[in-house]
Amino acid sequence: MTQTVAGRPESSRETEGPAARRVQEDPRWKPVAATLRRQGHRPDALIEGMHAAQQAFGWLDPAVLRALAEALDVPLAKVFGVATFYHLFTTRPLGTHGCIVCLGTACHLKGGPEILAALTRAHPVEPGQTSPGAEMTLTVARCIGACTLAPLVVLDGEIAGPVTVEEVLERVERWFGPASGETTR
Amino acid sequence: MTPEELRSRAERRRLEESRFSERLRVCTATSCASLGSGALFDALSAEIHRRGTGDRCELKRVGCLGLCAAGPLVMAEQGTGSTHTESLLREVRPEQAASLLDGFRDGFPAEQSVPLDLPFFRKQRRIVSEACGRIDPDRIDDAVAAGAYRALLEALHERTPADVLAEIDRSGLRGRGGAGYPTGLKWHTVAKAEASQKFVVCNADEGDPGAYMDRSVLESDPHRVLEGMALAAYAVGASEGFVYVRAEYLLAIERLRQAIGQANQIGLLGSAVGGTAFHFHVEVRLGAGAYVCGEETALLASIEGGRGTPRPRPPYPAAAGLFGAPTLINNVETLANVPAIVARGGDWFASIGTEKSKGTKIFALAGKVAHTGVIEVPMGTTLHEIVFELGGGIPDGARCKAVQTGGPSGGCIPARFFETPVDYENLAGLGSIMGSGGLIVMDEQTCMVDIARFFMAFCRDESCGKCVPCRVGTVELHQLLDTIANGRAGTRDMELLEEFCDLVRHTSLCGLGQSAPNPVLSTLRHFPEEYRAHLRGQCPAGVCFPASPAEEPPR
Repeated sequence: MTQTVAGRPESSRETEGPAARRVQEDPRWKPVAATLRRQGHRPDALIEGMHAAQQAFGWLDPAVLRALAEALDVPLAKVFGVATFYHLFTTRPLGTHGCIVCLGTACHLKGGPEILAALTRAHPVEPGQTSPGAEMTLTVARCIGACTLAPLVVLDGEIAGPVTVEEVLERVERWFGPASGETTR
Repeated sequence: MTPEELRSRAERRRLEESRFSERLRVCTATSCASLGSGALFDALSAEIHRRGTGDRCELKRVGCLGLCAAGPLVMAEQGTGSTHTESLLREVRPEQAASLLDGFRDGFPAEQSVPLDLPFFRKQRRIVSEACGRIDPDRIDDAVAAGAYRALLEALHERTPADVLAEIDRSGLRGRGGAGYPTGLKWHTVAKAEASQKFVVCNADEGDPGAYMDRSVLESDPHRVLEGMALAAYAVGASEGFVYVRAEYLLAIERLRQAIGQANQIGLLGSAVGGTAFHFHVEVRLGAGAYVCGEETALLASIEGGRGTPRPRPPYPAAAGLFGAPTLINNVETLANVPAIVARGGDWFASIGTEKSKGTKIFALAGKVAHTGVIEVPMGTTLHEIVFELGGGIPDGARCKAVQTGGPSGGCIPARFFETPVDYENLAGLGSIMGSGGLIVMDEQTCMVDIARFFMAFCRDESCGKCVPCRVGTVELHQLLDTIANGRAGTRDMELLEEFCDLVRHTSLCGLGQSAPNPVLSTLRHFPEEYRAHLRGQCPAGVCFPASPAEEPPR
């Protein structure tokens, strides 16, 4: 399945270690492999491959990145460089639920910052982080392009807007269960 | 497929559609979809099925109907020719499906009908968005019936690439991504480059906060963009194309992929397009959440699978672009203008707009304005018309303070300049830029220092870190603006602010850094009194010194 680019020694794969091999044997790797195959295992398939891998594995753990490096015969340093450059790729596991607070211009004017502040006050989580119990990953976005719905949040992939601070708190509260909500308020 | 075959295909679809005496078009673009238009569509479909009226009532999914704030929107059409009527219905809920269908007989409820003679509709001139909200973006035949690919096939069969180029020259079309570079000039450079392979890249990495015109076009009429790309490829001699889309635009990506598949299948893209020797293969590539990838050299680096960092120009992508080959990069809206120009002629296009800015511009109206949504107006329309006529003014009787155009690269234009006709030169003269089309209306409760700080935070976060002026300068500028906004700054800080703006502007590697100071400079120029007030510890808009003075006491 893997195909090495001419001029690169076959043996460079050896150094990637058994972790990468394990990932490639994982059934979740299948859609990733299909994506890479579609692009002929060319190095420019890296970002598409990362999208597929993140979707399949939930996040890009080091073993997954090694597997990508090996499959495309791209230096691991470059793979890490790309994974950490783009905001949408995460090299840390995500929480069960996801809350994105939009802070684009329209949302900024209409109360996005207040929603974010209320969320971080109510729950032990900072923007870009996952709560200690892995209930929720909180992220901020700079405009998701639905400005007529400002202020808006994206809860588990669904856009909700216009929303009030109370509505967001109530929706997120459920993810944490009643106890956590009581104590953190 | 020959032009005749395309015509008969279009005719067939039009005939099919004319058999329905009642037609419902439900907006399923992102905004209406978030407001529940999917459930509405299902409810309508079930109700039509229950009544058994599927032979006279057509239900279809369409793209953006424009007035996004009033979604979910449904356009109800009846009859043809002289008896043809259209009613736009706002905020339609799934449980209203039955009464909506009764509306064809009994009339639609007045309180849900949006008058179509509102300036919001009347003052628009739709070229790029002509078929948005009319066609089903998932069905290529619908696009073909509306005229898609006609210009392409006619050009391939009857006109030379030079002919197409000349048409673009005559049109005076300029880049709609923001900078306004003459499109014809760019095309000529790529056309002249000698290489065995050339690329056409569509920049759909729409990252400016507050701008979503390209998303709307891609979701509503993807074939128009693809046809524009194919015409561009024919004119410059390219055989491969890429559409680089933000990964956040899920629906746009899905529709684009589908459109490419359908066009390939019937020979309107791919190998031997329209039965000629012209090949054009298009692929979609996803961004991954990096604003800087809207910059052309960063975008190319990202398509190549690397970190999206820009590189110095020259060489320009037109000479050495994607994989080192000559590459034409145009924005979504620019390419979407091309089919109409080739079909109706450059002179026709040049008759619309102002002396130096031809055609129309799509704006995404947002912020403190009554009618938020997507509008397409001729160049030269005044800001007053856009905000107070099309936009319906400011809600709650508040006073309009300014509009922000051009996102983090643009600036704020105060209300006293609203009589200015919108074109590239005029907006630049006012210290802003045309930008990609985000137009955010601000009222008296908006603090200009806070807005400048907001955009600087954006640029700081999005700086790719390659060059020092941008990486360090945006951090310093943001800190200074923060100090000012918190009322802890002195006159020396104001001097520093201007010095840093000048430095970052003139020494940054790419457009992101070079234009990052614009929101600061434009607010300094038009609202100096607000900055002075902050030095005295006052925020005229009441934004910067909120009710919790305990945290950060203003000095």
